[in-house]
Amino acid sequence: MKNTAKRMKGNTATYGIVVLAYILCEIVMRTGHMSSLMKGLLVPLCVYAILAVSLNLTVGILGELSLGHAGFMCVGAFTSAVFSKCMAQTITVPTVRFLLAVLIGVVCAGVCGLLVGIPVLRLRGDYLAIVTLAFGEIIKNVINVLYLGVDSRGFHLSIKDVMSLNLEEDGMVIINSAQGITGAPTDSNFTLGVILLLITLFIVLNLIDSRAGRAIMSIRDNRIAAESIGIDITKYKMLAFSISAALAGAAGVLYAHNLSTLTALPKNFGYNMSITILVFVVLGGLGNIRGSMIAAVVLTLLPELLRFLSDYRMLIYAVVLIVAMILVWSPGGIALRERILAWNPLRKREKEVQ
Amino acid sequence: MSFVSYLLNGISLGSVYAIIALGYTMVYGIAKMLNFAHGDIIMVGAYVAFVTITGMGLPIPVSILLSVIACTVLGVAIERIAYKPLRHASKLAVLITAIGASYFLQNMALLIFGANTKSFTSVVTMDPVVLADGQLSISGETIVTVLACILIMAGLMAFMRFSRAGRAMLAVSEDDGAAQLMGINVNGTIALTFAIGSGLAAIAGVLLCSAYPALTPYTGSMPGIKAFVAAVFGGIGSIPGAFIGGILLGVIEILGKAYISSQLSDAIVFAILIVVLVVKPTGILGKQVQEKV
Repeated sequence: MKNTAKRMKGNTATYGIVVLAYILCEIVMRTGHMSSLMKGLLVPLCVYAILAVSLNLTVGILGELSLGHAGFMCVGAFTSAVFSKCMAQTITVPTVRFLLAVLIGVVCAGVCGLLVGIPVLRLRGDYLAIVTLAFGEIIKNVINVLYLGVDSRGFHLSIKDVMSLNLEEDGMVIINSAQGITGAPTDSNFTLGVILLLITLFIVLNLIDSRAGRAIMSIRDNRIAAESIGIDITKYKMLAFSISAALAGAAGVLYAHNLSTLTALPKNFGYNMSITILVFVVLGGLGNIRGSMIAAVVLTLLPELLRFLSDYRMLIYAVVLIVAMILVWSPGGIALRERILAWNPLRKREKEVQ
Repeated sequence: MSFVSYLLNGISLGSVYAIIALGYTMVYGIAKMLNFAHGDIIMVGAYVAFVTITGMGLPIPVSILLSVIACTVLGVAIERIAYKPLRHASKLAVLITAIGASYFLQNMALLIFGANTKSFTSVVTMDPVVLADGQLSISGETIVTVLACILIMAGLMAFMRFSRAGRAMLAVSEDDGAAQLMGINVNGTIALTFAIGSGLAAIAGVLLCSAYPALTPYTGSMPGIKAFVAAVFGGIGSIPGAFIGGILLGVIEILGKAYISSQLSDAIVFAILIVVLVVKPTGILGKQVQEKV
């Protein structure tokens, strides 16, 4: 019982941090002290925080590695942008249109997660990492050759060029291969981003505290022991992974509706993006939801504030990944950590045991 | 005739994948880890060859040798610094470290050589062989690559079977604890595996850039990933499997590029990976390993 109360307190603190940060930002923005650079960063910050939280569900809680999280984000972004562009005239209230778009993006990304998960999650080993990586590349490649148009006869699809879509006079090209989607309504804003982040946190934190969440973590800790007490491994793996993919889709929707032109470049939906999210998760602490959220925000802000570091950013990320893992896992690293912690007299002993 | 020439191109590219996949599969078999940095060692090998040939004007055999030595040292160093401390850590930790190492190499190369594409001079000076009244021309690169691949594979298989170190590798991949009890130096064997794999990666890098001369810091990552797909395809941990998987993958990629869509060829390769994992997760020549509790 004591444990539950402690966790509840932790969860409330997590929501509190988000709400507080939101209020702070709003105050700074309303009083006109925020630079335009910072204003432009607000929605991406929410996007990255949601991505980090959702990837932490796969990496930290489920204990599987996903290297294609940007792919799920891409699915969410493009499906929802197609929806919004088609519905731009039909639904005129931006917020309603955005919420429907979120629904579409989440469902599509979740279904993709399920489809990727079905072949892979019944296998043992590192296959998920490589298949998600493959999935991310496939999605990016396919979108870059895809032409999608709509007219009164319905949707038209092609992988050749715009002409072969055979559109009528009043037809509209939605996806123009590598040029992506232009002119989709930019419905998202900071408030909606924060609301999405809060919903994401609510889903993930409650999942962790639920019976299903404990089952998922038991699979991570010891697959064989979990199986022997009757936990359906594949089912819970699928559950965690598809929720994680769906939430990444939500981040994609938010991302897409913040831009007037949406393209699938390696920069925004490629392997690098997936790794960047992974760095947020690893640095924030595997399995620590609040940590990954904070890491996402700090690591997105830092390079913007320290422009001179931009050339070295990725190099630093690489070193961070290696050093973090060695400090956490290697015998030498653990000994070093113990010594540092023991030296600090203010730190309580119990915390180290965890 | 165009089909035959596509096929030959595919076999040539597949041979490069096979050489890379050999390194992947050996490391996986012994250290039970995906060495994501393997693809980037290819890139380093190619850069070393580029600098020594174009920059310093050294003779080609010397520069290839230098490139192999540099990559061998680099591979062992990465193993020593990044992977060895994590030998008994969770798989996830090792995987993340490997990604870190891969990223480190890429960005180091980016800082040193810049993002500009370097034009690699082919190391093969052989003239193309012309067959069937000039309708079919086989480039020197193709012949050298395929020959190198076959030689390397045969050499590795002989090494694994007949040499003491090779049998030690087999023993460690089977059961490292038992191998250690039998007096095998497990750490040394793992380091040797990384050394061989990285040396092969250097050769693969030089051959790859001879056929496709654009060299950037990201040159190695895609072939690296595809070589991994090839290793999974053939059955990870199996040397002939890596060879078959590599050749098949190269042929599929080139034929896909020629007949379906040049932009979709990567997507086709990855889709095949997913299909293989659904139908036969252990690959073509992979063994089903029973798990003991």
